Amino acid sequence: MTRSRFTFDGADVGFLAGQTVASALWHAGIRSWRTTRVGGARRGVFCGIGACYDCLATVDSQAGTRLCVTPAVEGMRVESMRVEGMGVEGIAPASSGTRFPGPSASRSLAARSYDVVVVGGGPAGMAAAATAALSGVSVALLDAAPALGGQFWRHRPGHPVGRGQRDWATFTGLASLVDERVDHVPRAGVWFASAVGEGFSLHTRTAVYRAPRVVLATGAYDRVYPFPGWDLPGVVTAGAAQAMLKGSGVVIGQRVVVAGAGPFLLPVAAALAEAGVRVLGVFEAGDPRGYLTGLPLAAMRGLAGKLSEAAGYAARLARLRVPYRVRQAVVAAHAGPDGTLSSVDIVALDRSGSVLPGSVRNMACDTLAVGAGFTANLELAVALGADVRLGADGEGTGIGGAALAVVEGQLAGAASAGDGGSSPFLSARDRARLRRRRDRLRGFAALMHRAHAAPAGWPSWLEPSTVVCRCEQTPASAIQAAVTDLGATDGRGVKLFARPGMGWCQGRTCGPAVAALTARACGRAVTADDLRAFAGRPFAAPVRLADLARLDESQDPT
Amino acid sequence: MTADVVVIGAGVVGAACAYYLTRAGATVTVVDRGGVAGGTSGRGEGNLLVSDKTPGPELDLALHSLSLWSSLASTLDGARFEYEPKGGLVVAATEAGLAGLRSLASAQRAAGVVVESDVDPQVYEPHLRDGLAGAAFYPQDSQVQPMLAAAQLLRAARQAGAAVRLGETVTGLEPRPSGVSVRTSTGTIAAGAVVNAAGTWASGVAALAGVRVPVRPRRGFLLVTEPLPPVVRHKVYAAEYVSTVASSAGDRQTSAVVEGTRAGTILIGSSRERVGFDDSLPLPVLARLAAQAVDLFPFLGAVQALRAYHGFRPYSPDHLPIIGADPRVPWLLHACGHEGAGVGLAPATGEAIAALVSGATAPIELHPFRPERFADDT
Repeated sequence: MTRSRFTFDGADVGFLAGQTVASALWHAGIRSWRTTRVGGARRGVFCGIGACYDCLATVDSQAGTRLCVTPAVEGMRVESMRVEGMGVEGIAPASSGTRFPGPSASRSLAARSYDVVVVGGGPAGMAAAATAALSGVSVALLDAAPALGGQFWRHRPGHPVGRGQRDWATFTGLASLVDERVDHVPRAGVWFASAVGEGFSLHTRTAVYRAPRVVLATGAYDRVYPFPGWDLPGVVTAGAAQAMLKGSGVVIGQRVVVAGAGPFLLPVAAALAEAGVRVLGVFEAGDPRGYLTGLPLAAMRGLAGKLSEAAGYAARLARLRVPYRVRQAVVAAHAGPDGTLSSVDIVALDRSGSVLPGSVRNMACDTLAVGAGFTANLELAVALGADVRLGADGEGTGIGGAALAVVEGQLAGAASAGDGGSSPFLSARDRARLRRRRDRLRGFAALMHRAHAAPAGWPSWLEPSTVVCRCEQTPASAIQAAVTDLGATDGRGVKLFARPGMGWCQGRTCGPAVAALTARACGRAVTADDLRAFAGRPFAAPVRLADLARLDESQDPT
Repeated sequence: MTADVVVIGAGVVGAACAYYLTRAGATVTVVDRGGVAGGTSGRGEGNLLVSDKTPGPELDLALHSLSLWSSLASTLDGARFEYEPKGGLVVAATEAGLAGLRSLASAQRAAGVVVESDVDPQVYEPHLRDGLAGAAFYPQDSQVQPMLAAAQLLRAARQAGAAVRLGETVTGLEPRPSGVSVRTSTGTIAAGAVVNAAGTWASGVAALAGVRVPVRPRRGFLLVTEPLPPVVRHKVYAAEYVSTVASSAGDRQTSAVVEGTRAGTILIGSSRERVGFDDSLPLPVLARLAAQAVDLFPFLGAVQALRAYHGFRPYSPDHLPIIGADPRVPWLLHACGHEGAGVGLAPATGEAIAALVSGATAPIELHPFRPERFADDT
């Protein structure tokens, strides 16, 4: 296979077609390419799927580009962001004659109307778009990614499907329906959504889409609670490890620890081990041994697939000699002489999630893949005024795996097609059957969430200096001080005084942790208000001011 | 519970009132239904401006307040609230605009403002576009981080004995023989006097005391960019801004205002419209703000906006704040209606309120700001 090349800070880096820039750099042994504005900390890949904004760099002169979602292109010029933004010297004075993108460049924005617009090309979005289209209405599917599949069916287009893919036949079935009947618009991230009259208006960089009905299937990203060293290069989310392997065929490290909470750790560890990575162990903070016994027999009907899936991973890990330990957690990560991850501290937890005294042990590794469930991308739902429930256990209650996503997508797609969802494609009986299946899967998901709960003791693992907000480098002590010294009484107050959630990712990564630490400092439980301070994002993605200015319709620019 | 004075509102104005009242020896309780700087104070840029004010009582108030901010920065450590006397640059795109700027500047100079007229815009801001007609530089214009400023003023007031009750709504104001009983969602506070520092919501507090104070919301939007190195060094705005601020029009008006912050972000304003408490986010306004900013600073075209937000400025019919004792209610004082200038005017307002409460003469002429001046207004 021919390797293409781009340049990184002037040096050639090879890549294979379909790989992201971040994966290619990682494969070349480059693990950080940005330093934070405050503190000069090194940053590279963390979430790996476009949520955390750690992996920013300058690509072909555009600063602030996320390398983990940017496909590598022959001849591309990639530069590290050693100073945030373009660097003082990088911004030429106006008198130098440098050309900047101005609002005058093509003012008109294409406007497109559909009966239904689906946002998100993962299992739920594909199912929704296909189901709505089969009912005979016009459907557009907008997806930020270059190819269908979302995170679950992420793959390198044009390459053989790896062993990591599940339910691949479902994917190919839905994909061919989408190809035939849906206007699928790849690389079309929606950055702004608003309710207009009886319908909705969704802005991508190049067009505005209008529809009376919108299905939001915007997916989720890993939730990680902070611990000392979680911002070192080499600490990534479990999702990042998976995305790099499935999407680019690049392994995240050579000696990898997988830790956190949730069933997702199992397929990640299995896929890494099967790709030849030495997986030193999977450390699960919860205790999933309990949940099968807690499952009423009636609830197990129709869930054989889910149960055998879990058992299958356990068997694969055993065969690959990957230790699976429950009620254990990584509580600190340490850097080696080169400033990147060299080891982690692992502890045993008691039933309440507190560290068992004397149980700490150090384990050498080059990579830690960590995650404790998922956070849903809710900003478009909030922007459109949907009634979003934010619970103390986070937004994770709405997340239940790909099988549930497909069912919910089908139901949403049928509903979006109108007539109360009585599409010729889905009869009333079909829909009743789908709803029963959805309810069973949701019940199962609720049990899993309980069994794989994030360890309650995580705030006690923090040092005062531990960074909580990775963007603004807000330490835990500043969150405490915002409450005790400055009088903050909720998440918003802490955000205004100490800036967590005010940086590039707009609170996507640190929001749930800051809300929890705020409540703790105030001596009370987390409220929906604490979480709301980090859930609304009027811009669902950063927008270039030139692109925003293009939408100015006034005739008389000053 | 008893207090000499209950201050309603924990925004920057209420915080300044509490600060100066405690310094004057009063026993103070601050009550707010939300958090510190939870209303308009937490939704602005933190400007301390003289450049945008025409000669008159508000400019006099602003000049005095600016000197108080400077002393506060020494007393309370200005770095804690990002106090930055960085100066403001007003740019004119046309010769006509420049002529207007010159005559404004000479009138302001006569009123005590320091102005450097006819400066080269690109000497002050190298990234401004070519071809601007000219500019005036106002070295006194300053900036603070308004939420931290309110918090530090309140913190100092607390250290001097003030009680701060947050998340507590005032539900009633009932006269007593020697003052007032302040009923809240969680209790009652007996007080000698009440200061209405409820900002955009001040007319509701006045209504509890049975009087009318015509403060209404005037919505404004801000765009916030990605963090950058310090490339925009001053507050920079178009000459048209002054007339926009002074205008009474209810429909939407915009003019370019661009400035950097200590956090590295660039704040882009400004818009003004009277639409009540409307929380929607209309894209055309944001697009207009972006277009105006990119027109002034072409490099901003490649810069990304991370968020946008809005606030509600508390405005009165004549655009002047409402400061002083209410002759209709013996125990009530007002400190509200500062529109977009509340952060700048807060110390002078708090100092005046403290003087009135302790029976001293206010250091500034308060007649133009008297609360009862709207009696005939409809």
